[in-house]
Amino acid sequence: MFAKPVILYSIGKDSSVLLHLAIKAFHPAKPPFALLHVDTTWKFREMIAFRDRRMTELGLPLLVHVNREGMARGIGPFSHGAAVHTDIMKTAALKQALDLHGFDAAIGGARRDEEPSRAKERIFSLRSASHRWDPRGQRPELWHLYNGRLNPGESIRVFPLSNWTELDIWTYIARESIPVVPLYFAAGRMVVRRNGMLILRDDERLTLQPKETPELRWVRFRTLGCYPLTGAVESRAATVPAIIEELARSRTSERQGRAIDHGESSMERKKVEGYF
Amino acid sequence: MDGGTDRGLLRFIACGSVDDGKSTLIGRLLVDADVVPDDRRAAAADLAGLIDGLQAEREQGITIDVGYRYFSTPRRRFIVADTPGHEQYTRNMATGASTADLAVILVDATKGLLPQTLRHSAIVALMGIRRIVLAVNKMDLVGYREDCFAAIVEGYAAMAGQLGLRDVTAIPVCALRGDNVIRPSAAMPWYRGPTLLDHLEIVPAAPVEDQPFRLAVQWINRTDGFRGYAGTVLGGSVRPGDEVVVLPSGVRARVARIVTYEGDLERALAGQAVTLTLEPEVDVGRGDVIAAAGAPPHLSDQFAAHIVWLGDAPMLPGRPYLLRLGTATTAATVSELKHRLDIASGSQRPAKQLAPNDIGLANLSLDRALPFDTYDDNRETGGFILIDRLTNATVGAGMIRFPLRRAANIAWQDFTVDKKARTAIKGHRPAILWFTGLSGSGKSTIADGVERRLTALGRHTYLLDGDNVRHGLNRDLGFTDADRVENVRRVIETARLMADAGLIVLVSFISPFRAERRLARERLADDAFLEIFVDTPIAECERRDPKGLYHKARVGELRNFTGIDSAYEAPEAPDLHLHTLEMTIDEEVDRIVEALQRRGVFD
Repeated sequence: MFAKPVILYSIGKDSSVLLHLAIKAFHPAKPPFALLHVDTTWKFREMIAFRDRRMTELGLPLLVHVNREGMARGIGPFSHGAAVHTDIMKTAALKQALDLHGFDAAIGGARRDEEPSRAKERIFSLRSASHRWDPRGQRPELWHLYNGRLNPGESIRVFPLSNWTELDIWTYIARESIPVVPLYFAAGRMVVRRNGMLILRDDERLTLQPKETPELRWVRFRTLGCYPLTGAVESRAATVPAIIEELARSRTSERQGRAIDHGESSMERKKVEGYF
Repeated sequence: MDGGTDRGLLRFIACGSVDDGKSTLIGRLLVDADVVPDDRRAAAADLAGLIDGLQAEREQGITIDVGYRYFSTPRRRFIVADTPGHEQYTRNMATGASTADLAVILVDATKGLLPQTLRHSAIVALMGIRRIVLAVNKMDLVGYREDCFAAIVEGYAAMAGQLGLRDVTAIPVCALRGDNVIRPSAAMPWYRGPTLLDHLEIVPAAPVEDQPFRLAVQWINRTDGFRGYAGTVLGGSVRPGDEVVVLPSGVRARVARIVTYEGDLERALAGQAVTLTLEPEVDVGRGDVIAAAGAPPHLSDQFAAHIVWLGDAPMLPGRPYLLRLGTATTAATVSELKHRLDIASGSQRPAKQLAPNDIGLANLSLDRALPFDTYDDNRETGGFILIDRLTNATVGAGMIRFPLRRAANIAWQDFTVDKKARTAIKGHRPAILWFTGLSGSGKSTIADGVERRLTALGRHTYLLDGDNVRHGLNRDLGFTDADRVENVRRVIETARLMADAGLIVLVSFISPFRAERRLARERLADDAFLEIFVDTPIAECERRDPKGLYHKARVGELRNFTGIDSAYEAPEAPDLHLHTLEMTIDEEVDRIVEALQRRGVFD
């Protein structure tokens, strides 16, 4: 249906499941599309190490894109704030990469249950030539029939995991023994408490403020992103079954630890502008 | 996921009128089932606020698009489609209903059954949902009285019976307070049935009937000498050794292997994505259907279907759309609109077109024969979507009711004297010159000049003029959009016959719509086809006004006049673009004759 599709590989659990499904679906052939990681340069070091290890194991070629212009300007979450950082190093970077390679379909691991405005997302989500999402002009999706036809410049974001929940993801990871970044598992980690979040001091770019002292706590991450913007949750769940058990008892939503989501309808606004 | 009490996934749709309290009911279900995270619960102003996701919705206090919610209880997993109650959002209801096993239809106890209740039930029935929960909400406002509930249930039973909905469970609830949503209501001791959640947890999902095997080929898997056909099983099951037929080709083979990442399977069931290999290796393409040889689907280029119109522009019979069915895509037109359903009254009305949110029964004609089942037999292989060819928007959804076999009885007859022979005695190849432009732009004058020049050169021509054709062949047609489309379709077919006869055909037609000019280009692609845009500014056309029509349109005596109150869609890439204000007739004729020579119509 598409001339040049790409899988957006974000290294997280959803991406890992997505990649696993693609490998299974095309077996015995290899997935006939490229993999792309948009690197904000602020990801956890363990994420990058995991990414490189997995790609070598799987023998799949990976394109890594960094917004060089943003990097040259020194954009970062501390100096420019979460919103500007995410906009330039993530949203704009993604658009750059899609334009650079001329990808007409970008397949991602987003799920409808993650966040209220994502509940209305389509499985085939049309983007204008400037990558904008128009929530009111979406194509109806009936049965399992998807309309991937594009006018020049338009592209489609494809979300095959739309109907999966966080629990579905972990249950499937357990069933299929899919490797995930160790940060998802609880361990004693040095964290600082800032704005109500537990932040892992992943490198020295996080400068401690007066009265901030890193403390050792048993924590894990429910979602992974840029380390200064991703809060850990206190947990003892060090295995996949323990995580599944923890989720069944959880009282908070998955993205509650993500600084970038906060503010009125901020995910919806980011999506309109082209965020994944 | 496979625990003993797990009854699998239930997908249901909640529908009701504005203010019936749908979002409140779903919010209540989620809160009482204790599946709403604390942080999200704290952020929502009320129960409905948990559901209405988009900013515009919160501001307007309404639900504007289909939203999906996911939750599970120890007994079952659920996906809820929450769809808007406004009349104009039929399309969203149809979308939500297309994948649902069950529908919860809300009725406000203080208002009783409304026209929308019938509308929602009719759409649900049309979309093939057989199980209904009638949730009579706001029972607190009628004092929890049994007679109120009983009257609504009785009224609904009559309605449901007419629609063929036989499996109805009625439950009196108060979504706001939670009565009978999850907790049995102390205020309604007279009700002894299940609560809403109890019912949803135990009701069987859509009955899996013993359907014959179907697989729509999505991708050809070729690697290292391996050749397999990947796709999802859309009905029934398959085992190695089963005899199958590949459609549309009709070639038979046996299933050799069912290949998956984990190893070969002994059996694949509906819903599974697998790769099949066949023995012998026959020719299979993407979009083909592999089916049980003993119970194959229909194969035809025509069928009758109910169409739910989703597009903003009306559905016009004769206009080509793209049709997607399974994994195949082809061009299709509505050849006959039998009627429009007046859902509020349940009656069938004659119609020439379908407006947004209309539902109609129509005959469709496809460019090629495709395999399909009736929608009642298999939703996946009997449902299709229609796509606008210019905007690429999804504009229609269809449910196939029965195949039409007229095409099978009319075979194409080949004759000895063919186009080649006719071309040989004419001394030139056939061609079509399609003049499009506003009324008064000079189409007929230029066409007349070209025809005179060609005749002088000894070429054989015929001129089809818009006005003249309306005196005979098309005298039954008016000037609505639907009639304009049919007008052009007939002219295309007439031009095609004349080109087949070996003529250079000049078509002088306003032909205001891109879609029909594109159809002309495609239908007439066998011969040289030149789209000639006679581009004269409307002010100049109106100044000339050779037939006094602009004047009539301006004073309101003439309706649907192109350029005034009916659209003219200018060509985006015509073969010739004549700016008439900057050229003389002779220059224009020269350009056209040169173009014919360049295309090799004559030397």
